[in-house]
Amino acid sequence: VTASSVSGSLAVPAAAAAARGQTDATDRSRVGRPAGRGRGWWWVRVVVAVVIAVVMLFPFYWMLQTAFSTRDSLYAPGLHLIPTQLTLENFTVPFERYPVGRWFRNSLLIAVVTTAITLVVNLFAGYAFAKFRFPGRNVLFLVLLSTMMIPVQAIMVPQFRLVADLGLYGNVWAVILPTSASAFGIFLARQFFLAIPEELLEAARIDGAGRWRTFVSVVLPLSKPLLATLTLLSFMNVWNDFAWPLIVFFGNEQAFTLPIGLVTDFRGQYSADYGKIMALSLVMVAPMLVLFLAFQRYFVQGLARSGLR
Amino acid sequence: VLVVAFLLVPLGMAFWISTQRYESLGSPVAIGAANFLGLARDAVFWESLLNTVVFTVATVPTGMALGLGIATLLNSVLPARAFFRSVVFLPLVIAGVSVGMLGAWIFDQYDGFVNNVLGALGITGPSWQSEGAWAMVAIVLVTLWIRVGFDMIVYLAALQGIDPQLTEAAQLDGAGAWRRFTSVVWPQLRPATFFLVVMNLIYSFQVFDTVFAMTTGGPDNATTMVVTYAYRVGFDEHGPGQLGYAAAVGVVIFAISMLFTVFLWRRNAAEEQS
Repeated sequence: VTASSVSGSLAVPAAAAAARGQTDATDRSRVGRPAGRGRGWWWVRVVVAVVIAVVMLFPFYWMLQTAFSTRDSLYAPGLHLIPTQLTLENFTVPFERYPVGRWFRNSLLIAVVTTAITLVVNLFAGYAFAKFRFPGRNVLFLVLLSTMMIPVQAIMVPQFRLVADLGLYGNVWAVILPTSASAFGIFLARQFFLAIPEELLEAARIDGAGRWRTFVSVVLPLSKPLLATLTLLSFMNVWNDFAWPLIVFFGNEQAFTLPIGLVTDFRGQYSADYGKIMALSLVMVAPMLVLFLAFQRYFVQGLARSGLR
Repeated sequence: VLVVAFLLVPLGMAFWISTQRYESLGSPVAIGAANFLGLARDAVFWESLLNTVVFTVATVPTGMALGLGIATLLNSVLPARAFFRSVVFLPLVIAGVSVGMLGAWIFDQYDGFVNNVLGALGITGPSWQSEGAWAMVAIVLVTLWIRVGFDMIVYLAALQGIDPQLTEAAQLDGAGAWRRFTSVVWPQLRPATFFLVVMNLIYSFQVFDTVFAMTTGGPDNATTMVVTYAYRVGFDEHGPGQLGYAAAVGVVIFAISMLFTVFLWRRNAAEEQS
């Protein structure tokens, strides 16, 4: 594998992705119901789509109804598609008995700080890989990409030692620092910056703007979709992260994040209290749902763009 | 710098630690390749490797096929397409651990929804928890539920990038729907397919959160994957972790991931040239 063949294959479809912004605008014209022969198929497609939507949404509904049901009614015989006994105790009891509020704050702190660091690193690194020439650029980028293939579990032992040697064990920084090293974000940023035309930067340079000035006043204003995508992706990944925080915070209940607390304290070896598990899961997923629905346009585009490399 | 400090340096250290006998309560002792020899004789390790392969084979092609199917559907004439797109994508925002426990609950063999439905139909549902094969089936289904949205989004973007004139020209030449798909659309999707194969292989190979929360590798290691095995030997709550041994498992995981990636890249480069 040569670096040039990779970067070549990565560069081309980025332009296609840029062009795709227009296709969304034509969506509306295709929604209309066709007449005649196409009509039967139209109904089949609608029915299939609805069935798929129901299957995809059902687990969400089940989560919701489990979270608001009493324990007895969950284990009662029968289907009970509609909850029979509504309750809020699945939400109140965990907050009273476990430091759930504390976990929430830990999760939030780690997610916000990590996202901020990741954002800065990704923007600068991505910009450097896209627009600056320096020796070893392609090799370095290839190495970076290949780090995406390394699972946490492959390097958890040395990473664990490293964190312990730095005196960070059990500390929020033990999660923040390693998690900030995200190759995927740098890759996404590079793809985005590659699509910015060189002439624009040239023009800024002629106007007397330095590199820093060009980046801040020309490139950044163009990068709002990228910023939104990176922020959301990073926040979501960190918020839901499990494997590494589990290792670092093991046995340290005050330092838990929400996913760790959820698994450690609510899922027993032989029985699980699903009402409370689902209630906490709802607390955990709610901020993500809000963020996702607010930014989904950028988010979906950003993910799709990375797929078109 | 962060990448070097927290990914590359540990990677180097992983190779070194994997040659040591290193327990979490002691300091490392060099034992050469003994960890790897131990792995070669470790039945649970081989089982976990086999499980990972089964899981990967069961999730990657099906997930991509479903994703492509839904993307094709959403790329056709349909009302409320944005709504359907969001719905299919939605499971991705849930934490892997929540998904795992939600899966465990829906597929609970005594009180879960699936078996209750089957029971209402007069069928005795399978033992999702106590039979290994069924536990694996449940994990695969739950994984597909999360994964299909990502495949769909990438394929949808690729489909929208295809010039409609190409398919229209093929239609004028008398090509049927299936023929149009295989000879016009599918070749154009190649970059997206390549990307998805790589991403899906990585995800499937590294599956951890969902499995850990749903089955913890049980029953009897029937759903233990290489990554959950590595975690268990290194950091399990029972007894001192075998850090050296866990690092050896880590090295094997890394080597396999690397082999896959290089192989796929080679193939992709070769196909690009032809």
